Amino acid sequence: MKSLGNIRRSFAPWNDPSAKPYIAFENITKAFGSFIAVNDLTLHVFQREFFALLGASGCGKSTLLRMLAGFEQPTSGRILLDGQEMSGIPPYRRPVNMMFQSYALFPHMTVEKNIAFGLKQDGMAKSEIEDRVAQMLKLVKLEQFGKRKPHQLSGGQRQRVALARSIAKRPKVLLLDEPLGALDKKLREETQFELMDLQQELGLTFMVVTHDQEEAMTMADRIAIMDRGQVKQVATPAEVYEAPNSRFVADFIGSVTLFEGKVEKAEGNRIEIAGTDGFPIRAESAVAVTPGATVHYAIRPEKIRLTKARPADPSVNAAEGEIWDIAYLGDMTVFHVRLASGKVIKISQMNATREAEEPFGWDEQAWVSFPANAGIVLTS
Amino acid sequence: MNPLKWVTSRLVILVPYAWLLIFFLVPFFIVFKISLSTTAIQMPPYDPVFDGTGTWEKIKQLSFDNYVWLTEDPLYYRAYISSVIIAAVSTVLTLLVAYPVAYGMARAPSSIRPTLLMLVILPFWTSFLIRVYAWIGILKPEGLLSQLLISLGLISEPLQILNTNTAIFIGIVYSYLPFMVLPIYSALEKMDYSLVEAAEDLGCTPTGAFWKVTFPLSLPGVIAGCFLVFIPAVGEFVIPDLLGGSATLMIGKTLWNEFFSNRDWPVSSAVAVVLLLILVIPIVFFQNAQAKAEEAGR
Amino acid sequence: MNTTWSRFNILSVVVGFSFLYLPILILIIFSFNASKLVTVWGGFSTKWYVSLFSNQGIMDAAWVTIRVALLSASIATVLGTLAALALNRYTRFNGRMLFSGMVYAPLVMPEVITGLSLLLLFVAIGFDRGFWTVTLAHVTLTMCFVAVVVQSRLVTYDRSLDEAAMDLGATPVGTFFQVTLPVILPAVVSGWMLAFTLSLDDLVIASFTSGPGATTLPMKIYSQVRLGVTPEINAVSTIMIAFIATGVVIASIITKRQEVQRKRDERMAMAQP
Repeated sequence: MKSLGNIRRSFAPWNDPSAKPYIAFENITKAFGSFIAVNDLTLHVFQREFFALLGASGCGKSTLLRMLAGFEQPTSGRILLDGQEMSGIPPYRRPVNMMFQSYALFPHMTVEKNIAFGLKQDGMAKSEIEDRVAQMLKLVKLEQFGKRKPHQLSGGQRQRVALARSIAKRPKVLLLDEPLGALDKKLREETQFELMDLQQELGLTFMVVTHDQEEAMTMADRIAIMDRGQVKQVATPAEVYEAPNSRFVADFIGSVTLFEGKVEKAEGNRIEIAGTDGFPIRAESAVAVTPGATVHYAIRPEKIRLTKARPADPSVNAAEGEIWDIAYLGDMTVFHVRLASGKVIKISQMNATREAEEPFGWDEQAWVSFPANAGIVLTS
Repeated sequence: MNPLKWVTSRLVILVPYAWLLIFFLVPFFIVFKISLSTTAIQMPPYDPVFDGTGTWEKIKQLSFDNYVWLTEDPLYYRAYISSVIIAAVSTVLTLLVAYPVAYGMARAPSSIRPTLLMLVILPFWTSFLIRVYAWIGILKPEGLLSQLLISLGLISEPLQILNTNTAIFIGIVYSYLPFMVLPIYSALEKMDYSLVEAAEDLGCTPTGAFWKVTFPLSLPGVIAGCFLVFIPAVGEFVIPDLLGGSATLMIGKTLWNEFFSNRDWPVSSAVAVVLLLILVIPIVFFQNAQAKAEEAGR
Repeated sequence: MNTTWSRFNILSVVVGFSFLYLPILILIIFSFNASKLVTVWGGFSTKWYVSLFSNQGIMDAAWVTIRVALLSASIATVLGTLAALALNRYTRFNGRMLFSGMVYAPLVMPEVITGLSLLLLFVAIGFDRGFWTVTLAHVTLTMCFVAVVVQSRLVTYDRSLDEAAMDLGATPVGTFFQVTLPVILPAVVSGWMLAFTLSLDDLVIASFTSGPGATTLPMKIYSQVRLGVTPEINAVSTIMIAFIATGVVIASIITKRQEVQRKRDERMAMAQP
């Protein structure tokens, strides 16, 4: 069976109609004065899921997280956690813990004391606290750093202390607010995998807020793409990339070229679009469209071929243009091709071999081509 | 919000609020009330007002005699005017002395800046009275300054500085210098020096860059410093009393004498009320500037 | 700002600091003058210090002053810290404008007005003037300075520390005592020190609000200065300056050392993976 992307997931409770959501945001609205941060939002997250909220700053993702933690109260709507209504419960009585963007490590306490802080608040026995702290230090590989204060740690170590502190209480849900935002790129990539392994090992539900799409794609089972207080799409990383449900999502995730046009013919899922850029587009559409409707055809740069001559197969879509810009990135090369209509198309070619048979130069004429199923038809 | 949080949050506000209302705001009303009463030889030395029963009784007892008295005796309004002039001149002089110091400090290597900062703050911690007193020995006709200048042959007669307005200017500039240096320094220290470099790169002379970039950016500090010097200087008592002469008129000293020497509480209250009215505008400006700074810092 | 320190800059700093410190230095030097004249050097002597300690009036005044300063600074620190928290944490409440006005106004209010108004309050409510009235007056003045010092620390305080504490199960009160207060403690301590020295140094407000048996050291010094300049006053001033300067210098050395250590730690921490 064909699937989107090249991953097969065995964990997919969201496809199981009998599965009960673990966290349920139901018709949540949050207003700060006249500013609506979250607008009538409904979202379900399942137990043991690694869930990411992705969006630009100010889209309401952090507010959503802070409402679950209890720092903000929804203006209307309700939040359920494991079937329990959360409204009115103060943050210090909620079975969720948060890892803060700034880490918020207590500067006057040692690493051990930081990790023990939450356990102490619960009145846990001293020996038990010690055991748990040792266990946590081992988990984040900071056994030798227990007696240090936060300022004596590197950025990566601080991040791990913050993580250990927030999971020490074994919360039902771990909330992570831009957990890797303060790390440099290399460390961030390593830590992404560490977080995924940890989540698997502990069997916890993780809910992460991020503005970094690569981070969300790497770590999350599912991603909710947010814009202006609303969820635009909730889906697996492969789905949001290969099957975005709107122009907004298609444009937000990765790079895309959008062709506008009117539906000329529709036979089953096979349709023909009269593009406004001077060439017809044959497409396959998952959604039903009627002739005459305006639609967009979205296509990713790596799914377009660039050739010197027109491809022989007449069934593929093809258009001629001029090479406008070239960027050599090592693993791939990005071309911008300008059609006669003025439209600029982004194409990326993997540099799978060290030498190329057919190199391209600036201002040369070339053909862009793509089969009908390479892109997706968007009606919104 | 849960009840415990509500109570704690109210307490945090209510306790200091109530304290300041009782010990800061209410006393002003009492001052105002007593300024409307008449002097009497008793303890406390004034006839109380507001002890009649009816409203009309109360109003009949009010007396604006003290305020009328303030306008009739030239001593008072001359003291007010001269206080404002002395304070204004001293503020300008303090700014002229403080700006180069603050500028020099801000340009100092960052390793010694904290030490310089501490050295500016340190005099603020030592007694105002003692620091003013220190100048008496220097400014006296037979004092150290005259001795020094005579031995250098610059003057032949001892200087008459003590008991003049010059001594008051020196005293105010000296005492209030840290209040002017600190805000200007913190404004200059925060400034990104590459702004000056950018101005010079775009063709400004160093002097031009100073007046077009550095000075405007330090203006909030300059304004805060001027308020911090001017407002208390208008009502200053210790400096005119110890360094000024009998001819020096400053309202703080007048109030003090009215209160302690003449034991005329109603008139000194009226003096205080008028002084407060004079200072209300600069104080409100100062508070607005503070509130803005607080807002910006959030 | 980071740039070269020009000759003009150095000169202005040197001249400015000489202006600030020379008078104090001269005062200290002449407290060791054998001559009774404070302007003519008559040889080194510590006799003025000896006579000071046998001056019962000054010793009594010093004791009153220290008691007032300790008590008023402590109360002012509690009230001032609360006021700073109120200003920083609660951006909207009825009468906030008035409240912030009352916090900032005493900083610039001429002392004669504050002193007179407090005196009239004490008389109006029939409170006998003495130790307690001076203490209450000093609390009122100095709590505003404490509030400003603590408030300026709170501005840079990372509120997510409090959120983290609550997230981990600490109640709001628990959060304040376990996290907020320990973190802002240096500012609270310097607020206390400022309140203490302001109370120690105050002449005008103390003169208005004090009564028989509660003469403070500045009041004593003032009454003697009015009679004429004597080396004995220089001696008592020198002791007060030395006392405060030692405290301030020690405090800033401790802070500086901690900061240096902290910077070193941070550099070492960043060097490791």
